[in-house]
This record gives sequence, C-alpha cells and structure tokens, in this order.
Amino acid sequence: MTDPSTAASGAAVSASEFVTGAEHVQTKPGKPRSLASDAWYDLRRRPRFIISAALILLVLLMAAWPSLFTSVDPNYADLDRSRLGPSAQAWFGYDNQGADIFARTIYGARASIVVGISATVFTVLLGGTLGLLAGYHGGWVDAVMSRVADIFFGLPFVLGAIVILSSFRATGGSSATEITLLVILSISVLSWPACMRITRAAAITAKQQDYVKAARALGASTSRIILRHLLPNILAPVLVYATIALGGFIGAEATLSFLGIGLHAPVVSWGVMIADSRDFLRIAPHTLLFPAAFLTATVLAFVMLGDAVREALDPKTR
Amino acid sequence: MSDPILEVRDLVKHFPVRMGVVFKRTVGHVRAVDGVSFDLARAETLGVVGESGCGKSTLAQVLMRLEPATAGAVRFEGQEVLDLKGAALRKLRRDIQIVLQDPYTSLNPRMTVGDIVGEPFEIHAEVAPKGDRRKRVQDLLDVVGLNPEHINRYPHQFSGGQRQRIGIARALALRPKVIICDEPVSALDVSIQAQVMNLLGELQQEFGLSYVFIAHDLSVVRHLSDRVAVMYLGKIVEIGTEAELYEHPTHPYTQALLSAVPVPDPDLRGQRQIIRLEGDVPSPVDPPSGCRFRTRCWKAQEVCATEEPELITRVGGHPSACHFAEERSVVP
Amino acid sequence: MTVESIVDSEAAGPLLAVDELFVEFRTRDGVAKVLNGVSYRVEAGETLAVLGESGSGKSVTAQTIMGILDTPPGVITGGEVRYHGENLLAASAKRRREVRGSGIAMIFQDALSALNPVFTVGFQIEEQLRVRRGMSRRDARKRAVELLDQVRIPNARDRVRQYPHEFSGGMRQRAMIAMSLALDPELLIADEPTTALDVTVQAQIMDLLREIQLDRHMGLILITHDLGVVAEVADRIAVMYAGRIVEQSDAVSLYRQPGHPYTQALLDSLPRLDLKGARLNTIKGLPPSLIDIPAGCPFHPRCPRVRDVCRTDVPPAHRPAAGRLSACHFAEELISGE
Repeated sequence: MTDPSTAASGAAVSASEFVTGAEHVQTKPGKPRSLASDAWYDLRRRPRFIISAALILLVLLMAAWPSLFTSVDPNYADLDRSRLGPSAQAWFGYDNQGADIFARTIYGARASIVVGISATVFTVLLGGTLGLLAGYHGGWVDAVMSRVADIFFGLPFVLGAIVILSSFRATGGSSATEITLLVILSISVLSWPACMRITRAAAITAKQQDYVKAARALGASTSRIILRHLLPNILAPVLVYATIALGGFIGAEATLSFLGIGLHAPVVSWGVMIADSRDFLRIAPHTLLFPAAFLTATVLAFVMLGDAVREALDPKTR
Repeated sequence: MSDPILEVRDLVKHFPVRMGVVFKRTVGHVRAVDGVSFDLARAETLGVVGESGCGKSTLAQVLMRLEPATAGAVRFEGQEVLDLKGAALRKLRRDIQIVLQDPYTSLNPRMTVGDIVGEPFEIHAEVAPKGDRRKRVQDLLDVVGLNPEHINRYPHQFSGGQRQRIGIARALALRPKVIICDEPVSALDVSIQAQVMNLLGELQQEFGLSYVFIAHDLSVVRHLSDRVAVMYLGKIVEIGTEAELYEHPTHPYTQALLSAVPVPDPDLRGQRQIIRLEGDVPSPVDPPSGCRFRTRCWKAQEVCATEEPELITRVGGHPSACHFAEERSVVP
Repeated sequence: MTVESIVDSEAAGPLLAVDELFVEFRTRDGVAKVLNGVSYRVEAGETLAVLGESGSGKSVTAQTIMGILDTPPGVITGGEVRYHGENLLAASAKRRREVRGSGIAMIFQDALSALNPVFTVGFQIEEQLRVRRGMSRRDARKRAVELLDQVRIPNARDRVRQYPHEFSGGMRQRAMIAMSLALDPELLIADEPTTALDVTVQAQIMDLLREIQLDRHMGLILITHDLGVVAEVADRIAVMYAGRIVEQSDAVSLYRQPGHPYTQALLDSLPRLDLKGARLNTIKGLPPSLIDIPAGCPFHPRCPRVRDVCRTDVPPAHRPAAGRLSACHFAEELISGE
C-alpha cells in the first residue's frame, strides 16, 4: 500500500513545478480574479464562442419576439400559393398549405427553444440533485441511485419517448401546452441519467479534495459542504453538459414531432415543419431545407458553445 | 508536570478490505494505526515521523474525528472525544484544528481568501459577531504574514507558501489549543518551507499552541519538535525527547531512518556510517508476526518473530519497542 | 556573451554542452522567460547536480536537452545543446530520436506515470531493444532480465512479466532506471528521481545510481531541490535561479564557501538533522515572476547584500576563484568571507 500522503506530496511537487509559470504569472497586482472571470476573459477571445453566442442570441430573439423579424402571420395559409419557391415576397417560399415558410421558421424557434430550455432545466435539476446526493453519500444510496439510473440509461431514447408519449396522449388532453409539457417531461425522464453520472463523478472528485476535509474538520454541516464546497466545484462540468444537451434536446423535439408523436399543428415548430414537408421533398425541397437549416445551425451553435465553455473552464488548457 | 492536553491510548484504526461486485465481503483489514499511545503536553510539539504507509496521516484523520476510530481512547483536557456527537463535537472542533499538506487542494478554488478564512466564523457563529468578522479575517491574514488587503483574492492568485499560510490562518481562526499539522511543509520549496516553519514556531509562542507535527522529513521534525515519535507499520517504535531520539536512538529502525537522511555537507561524504535497509515496507494488511520491523532488521532473532516487543524503556532513558534496544549514535 | 566552461575539455568537445540556452513560455498573461542563457557541461563519468527551486528552470533545461519540451507553450529562442559537439537543436527529428535513449536517457520523479500501465515492465524494456537494436524476442527478454538484475530487482525472471502497478515505489523507480539503461546511454538525466520516495528507499536508489554510473562511466545530470542529496553525490553543482545559473562550483567548495548569496541563503534556510535551531534564516519575499524579471540581478529584491549596482547591472558569470563560476557582483567578497 502506498501512503496517500507521500504519493500526493510527490504529485504536488511536480504539479507546482509545472504550475510555477502560472503561479508567478498570476501574482500581478490588482483585481481579484475568480475562475469564472478568468473563463469569461478567455471566452471573449474565442471566435467559436463569439459565433455560437451570436447565433444563439439571434434564435433567442426570434423565440421571444418573432414579430421583430416578420409581420406575416405564420398560420395564414392560401392554397393558391402552395409549395411556391422562394421569391422576393416570401424569401423562403410557401409550404404545402401555402403558408409563408420564413414566418413559420421564425415562429417555430419559440417551440424549439422552450422545449430545449425546459427539458434541460428539468434534466439538470433531476440528474444534478440525484448525482450530487449519490456522489456525496456514496454507499447504498449511491448503489441504489446508480442502478436506477442504469435502468433508465438502458431505455432506447426514441422507443422510450414513443411509449411515453403515445400512452399518455391517449389519456391526457391534447392542447398545445399539454403536449409541449409532455414532450419536455419525456425528454427529461429519459435523459437525466447522463447528467446524474456527470454530477456524481464530479461530486466524488470534489468530495475527496482536502478543502472538504478542512471544512469537515471545522465542523461544517452536510448541507454546508454540499452547497458551499461541492456545488460550486461541479457547476463547470454540468454547465458544459447542459449547453450541449440543450442543442440535443432541440433536435429531439424535432425528431419526436417528425415521428408524429411530438408537437403538431397548430403549434409551429421546426420539427412540425420538417414533418409537414416529408411528402414533398422531391418537388419542393425548400419546404424542408429552411427549417432543417435553422434546426441544424441552432443545435450546432449550442454544441460549439458547450465546447468553448469546456475549454475555457478547463484549467489544463491554460 | 501539568496534565497533558491530549492523551491517546491504544488507538486503533483498521480499514476493511472488501472484495466483490454486488455482495462485498471483507477479506482483510489494513491495519493503518494499530495501538498507538502518547501524551501531548500544553504548548508542546510532538513530532510524528515515519515512511509511507506507517499510518501517520491516518492518525491525524482519527485524531481530527474525520475517520471513526476502530478502538482506543483519545482524551482532550481529560474529556473523552471519540464518542462526542453534535454540539459537543462542534465545540471540540474549536479546540482542535488541522493544517493539511497540499496547499493546492486544501483551499476551495471557488472561494475568496476572505470566505475561506472566514468560514470558521460562519460555522461557529457564536465566536464572532457578524460585523466583526471581516476585521477578524484581516487580523488573521496579518498574523500569518499575508497582506490583509488581499482578502478578496482567490487561492490561485497565491504561491504555494502563501496558500499554506492561508490554510494556517483558517486553522487559527477559532483559537484552537491543539493544531494537528499533517505534513504542512513537505510540498514547499526549501526557502518557503523555512518561512512556514518559522511562522509555526512563532504562532506556538504567541498563542501557546500544542502541535502534533506529522512529517516524513526528519530534519524538519527535529527543528520544530520537543518530543518525537517514530512510527512503523501502524505502531510507535520509539518515542522520546528530540535530543534522546536523534542523538541516542535505540530502535534499529530509528537508527536506519536517521542514517539514511542525506546531510548537506560534502565533507562528510563517505565518512558517515549509513545503515542500508533491504527491501520495502511489508503490507499493512498482513504485517509480520512479532516485531513488525523484523523482516528488514539486521538484529532479528527468533524471539522477534514470536514475541511482540513492548514500547518500554530498556536502555537510554526513553521507550523503544525492540527486544535488543541499544544506543547507537548515527547523526554526525 | 558566452560563458566559458570551468572544465577545459579536449577538442572533441565534452559529452554534453548546453550553451546560452534561452526558452520562453508564451502564456496568456505574457511571455515568461523561463531560461535566460543557461550554460553547463557534463563529461563522461561526471555527476553534475542542477539545484533549484520550483520555476528555476532546472527541469525545462533537461526537457530541452531531451527534446521533449512542450512547444507550445515553450519556444526555444536561442542557444545550443551539443552532444559530442553536434548541435541537437539543429538536428533532424530522426537524428534526435536516435540520440534519445541510446545517447541520452532520462528518468523522472513519478515512475508510475512514466511507465505504461497496460504493458508489462519486461515488454517495455524489450520493445526498445527489438525496435532500436533489432534484437530477437528471446534475446530481448534475456537482456531485460539482465537489466532488472543489474538494478537489483529480486526475482528478475518473474518480475519481467509483471505490470508496473505490481511494483512498489522503489521497485518502480528501479524498473525505470533499467529501462533507461537498455540502450546503454552515455548520459543519464535524472529529474528528481527520489523526491517521491521515502528516505530509506531514496538511499537505496542513490546508491544504485552512483554504482551504475561508476560501472558504465556514464555522465549523470541530477536535477533536484534537495541540498542533502546533492551533497552526497555531486561532483559539480549548478545552482539555478529565475532561469539562470547563478553559481557553478565543485561540491565541496560550494558548501564550504558559497559564491552567491542565493546559495548561501538556501543553505542557511535548511533545517539540519544534526542541529535543533530556534529560528531558520529565510529568504525574504518570493521568487520573481518570470514574466517580469527584475532589472539587474534577478535576485536583488531578496538579497541581503544588495547594493546599487545590483539594481541596474546584470552580473556577468565570472570566475571568482579557480574552478568556480558565479553571477554575483560581489562573489569575490563572499568567497573570501568578508
């Protein structure tokens, strides 16, 4: 058995050897610099962050105030102009029903964003809390929670969502809000184990740090250790996961809508638009192209943002 | 002599070794601390030295109540502490504190220095009224030789030595009577190590602190300690005053340990007798029978395998756990 | 300005000469000047100890010699590393690979992470022999056992089949030494080889290194911060501070009469096994930021003997006494003990 103390001492010496550059560098006089402000400083200099953040901002604006971008009613349809291609009048052309695709794409952002953000919030709250508790307590709490998570992890996402959505839709109502909520919940219920694993691993790492030991030696309560010491230190990986997952959830919403079990008219969403276009792909590809492009760009933007945030928060890349 | 501030009696800490995926069964025990007894007097420093795996860090954890003891007794000012719970345990935390080894992991990177050093006051709100805390934290920073204006900085803006000072300030905040120092200077550079050692010495004088000073560096331990205990595989093999132990060691392990320390004087090269131990420390899961050191000892005889030597005074005026204890001076 | 060597060597050149090496680390906060004109030489059969604290540049110098410096962030901005007179920094990647291992080998502090955990110790030694020496599987195995025997690993025949994690700390360090010796290097660089080890094991490893060096008449660069270890093994010592060599000397004179205030201060701040002192002398302040190295002598803000000239003029490395080099304006005073 090697004594952890000396093993650590060796590591510490080599680590400090390596960090020294940084250590002395950072004794610049002046402002306190938290890790978060360091990360922010770093982020602002990354083109990838700037591009993705600008894209996301644009989509968020579209979701919040679609009327800023278009004055056309997305649900006004005129069969006379069914499947007409892009023109000066309608930049993206018209769909099968003769509705303006540009206006629908703008209005569709809202549903995608609402589903994406809400599903992420639920997933992170559920998975994060469970992961934190499992990681901190360990033992049988951890064993039970991890096995439950494994079971959920084993469910194929699309199949699981189909089962949940089709069975609950039969019983529940089918108003737009209810369906949206149902979609959000089914995504969260099937996705939380990934988040739980991340927080659990981060909590276990943070728990073993000496500062937690020091806090326990001071007599800190469990809640204090979790809230003051563990939570801030696991926020970084969770933030990265959440950003990337948000993109994924927007894609998931589109998938479910396309399969006909997610949102559907009169709700406007990118997934619904893609679903509507499936029969006319060959004759009117623009009906697919524009919503699909927006969807892809948005998902990509979130994934890029997550990557940029990860690099900025990871001290090893400094 | 006044009553000791800390009495440790037959302290035992075994960690179970478990095997199996679902049903874990215990296949053995790591005997990290296996019957350790000592007294710590007021304003005294007891050095604890030993190599990797000797159990010195586990001893610190158990004394701090960070790990439950398997058996034994620890009394602080006459009061049994191993079964304290709740409010009484919290009260004990104010009296016994710890300084940890690694200045990089012992400070929460997301908290400012003010938050770190002020945390003891938040946990023990009765010690300092809220309005007073900032001032107290600044005073503490001043005491440990840091600029009080740096209260809003984050740990990564400090060097290793400065971080260790922050850790010391945190330990001092509640005005403890005993501080357990677990390798407090072993991660630091020589010149910084001297600064921190001086600081620990000054603080002891100023606040009348008692230290349990755990380290693997024998020179550092001698410099700070009044008495020294040498540990090997979970047991104290020799204990005595600093002068007794360093100048008249009687246990073969102590002698070997002392003789192996390189002395920074090239004139002594080749002139010192160096006792070279063979092999490595045996596993604490299955320590040798009888005397635990016998597998590496040049004096070992049959009795060493069958009979465990007690830690009693045989020669030289201080206790040593060797059947064949005899004085031998190895330090130049 | 070139620093002349203490050792006057034959025309063929010394085994290794590092000449005026400059390395920078380009970081976000600015350019850290990690090495600022480092020069030293090592002869066959000689032990040079490079002594310094964290950030002094002792490991970066070694990594530059080996060609394993991470670039970026490191940039070599000047100087030469000459192996038998050949400048390695100008050599092709192929040539550098040839020299690595069979000319110059290196061992590290952390043997566990330096050995690959998924291969047996034997395999890792044999692989080098098969690839670089074209040995057959059987010969390589035989040689691996011999090497493990040489570094005193008991039951070498069985041990070759074990994985690094099955070795204890000291055994791992021995295995790494065996591995570094596989291609019979002429120079071994040991970067803090015993820092992570216990004193009794450290003594064993230092004995082993000394013995192997004598046996093979090998050059040894021992990088360490431990003044005790240095005193026991070094022929010559180079003391580094802020990316410069501030003093070079034979071991005995350096400890008796340091030629630089930094060396003096280091020795004074050391707790001694044979003395119980009340207060240690410390060096005030912190090592400088390598981004913003003080003007003049880099040690002047911490130096007890500082005078005006130290704040403005970089002290050149010169010979205050025979066989010694110092980069202090007042080295002569120090050595004569004024």
